[in-house]
Amino acid sequence: MSLRADLKVIADWITPKSRVLDLGCGDGTLMAHLMRDKRVSGYGVEIDVDNVVKCVAAGVQVIQGDLEAGLADFDDASFDHVILSQTLQAMRNSEEILIELLRVGAEGIVTFPNFGYWENRLQILQGRMPVSETIPYQWYNTPNIHWCMLGDFEALCAKNGIAIRERVVMNNDERVSFLPNLRGSLAVYRVGRD
Amino acid sequence: MSNTPRSVGLVSAQTAVFESPLALECGTVLPSYQLQFETYGTLNAAKSNAVLICHALSGHHHVAGRYSEADKNPGWWDNMIGPGKPIDTDRFFVIGVNNLGGCHGSTGPSTIDPATGKPWGSAFPVVTVNDWVKSQARLADRLGIDCFAAIVGGSLGGMQALQWSIDYPERVRNALVIASAPKLSAQNIAFNDVARQAILTDPEFFGGDFYAHGAIPRRGLRLARMLGHITYLSDDGMGAKFGRMLKSGEYQYGFDVEFEIESYLRYQGDKFSDSFDANTYLLMTKALDYFDPAKPFAGDLVKAVSGTLANFMVVSFDSDWRFSPSRSREIVDALVAAGKRVQYAEIASGHGHDAFLMRDHPYHDLMHAFLNRVHKEVNR
Repeated sequence: MSLRADLKVIADWITPKSRVLDLGCGDGTLMAHLMRDKRVSGYGVEIDVDNVVKCVAAGVQVIQGDLEAGLADFDDASFDHVILSQTLQAMRNSEEILIELLRVGAEGIVTFPNFGYWENRLQILQGRMPVSETIPYQWYNTPNIHWCMLGDFEALCAKNGIAIRERVVMNNDERVSFLPNLRGSLAVYRVGRD
Repeated sequence: MSNTPRSVGLVSAQTAVFESPLALECGTVLPSYQLQFETYGTLNAAKSNAVLICHALSGHHHVAGRYSEADKNPGWWDNMIGPGKPIDTDRFFVIGVNNLGGCHGSTGPSTIDPATGKPWGSAFPVVTVNDWVKSQARLADRLGIDCFAAIVGGSLGGMQALQWSIDYPERVRNALVIASAPKLSAQNIAFNDVARQAILTDPEFFGGDFYAHGAIPRRGLRLARMLGHITYLSDDGMGAKFGRMLKSGEYQYGFDVEFEIESYLRYQGDKFSDSFDANTYLLMTKALDYFDPAKPFAGDLVKAVSGTLANFMVVSFDSDWRFSPSRSREIVDALVAAGKRVQYAEIASGHGHDAFLMRDHPYHDLMHAFLNRVHKEVNR
């Protein structure tokens, strides 16, 4: 089974045999991969019950829950890595979840669609909300409510004393290093406490 | 993959008699006892594919199949257990057992106390979930089962599965705790006590020795069941099924049955009072009230589960207000805090607490998915 490119980046950052919490784990693809290849333990959290069934079928330790309700069920510093993959922009309280991420985990891995991607900018210039591979929704049915670009996210981290340890910006499964905020459609960050 | 779901077919019950004394939590020693049970499927050579089904308040050992071709009512979990069903009897050796204190063949208040030659009645000791687990472990010994592939239960049955994993960690590979709670709330206990008071104050109860009087406290049992039934359904489910439907279409301005829901509850109550033993109802509700696996650990559920080795599946139903999803979350949170393997699903269902007996999607898909993995694990 081949992993989505951004998930591959995430997987590379995960320490073998560590404890991982994957928030919004979907059908458990990443966790199943990490359990097999990196011998990690931990849990996925997922709101959609059909995805929960898929996680169970894949042997992923999944806990059905709503991230908007917070991570109060998890103890301080109980995980080595906490992953928030393409979920930050869909949350009501994006700042709170970022803080919570680093309360329960030593390190956070956050990915989100980069609103600053040139195709998005172009569509806005043409008078329409952007629809693309990384944001495949119309304005009226999108779960995404808090758009940000690389600079916005980095400013929020700075505000909360969160250190950015690594950043990978991608487009069509390729890494983008030149003009990332313009040419990258997806951002992948590794963050920790200062 | 699994084949088309079928019934396990015709089944019959067995009796296991235990002559060695059983020390109960209440301090009484039961000199001997018997357990009524049924099995389906075949125990494999390694004896690693056994699944124990623990029953809820008014349940028993007859979990699947029928007793005769003419038998209209299959076992109470027939939609879950059978060839091709989530608990697949082509893969697993499934055991249904009637708990101690029950009224379906296991030693209980309505059976004859060999010491007196009369029904136990009020002399039957109070039994707890711990006692049941201990007595079931002896049944497992008898069947040559060192370790269950899974122990499964809903409601009070889920409590037994949880207690099993705490008391005998090395004997439970997987524990499925469905629509359950780590202990009762004050409201839960209050409902139980109203049910008990209905029975205890029935003039036909005779302090629990109604057998000797040729009587049955039918009114009390009926009320207890009616009350219980309300708490097992959801308001929405009841509304969808009965609403304010009237039997005759008009108000009668009296106290006879007018609304369909009244008729339904009275029918359920009557049916139950004809088939269930009042003393057993009292015992089972007390077992619910007393259940608190964290008690020996100063109330710390995390400590209570810290020694478990099972892989847990915890399932709740969103319309269940008797044991709401937040009660299941208490179990999940404790297991997570203890770093245990646990999976949790909250199923959308209109059926309230009774949802664990229904064939809802994706509930059965989830059970299928989990038990497929158990099956693979057993055959690894």
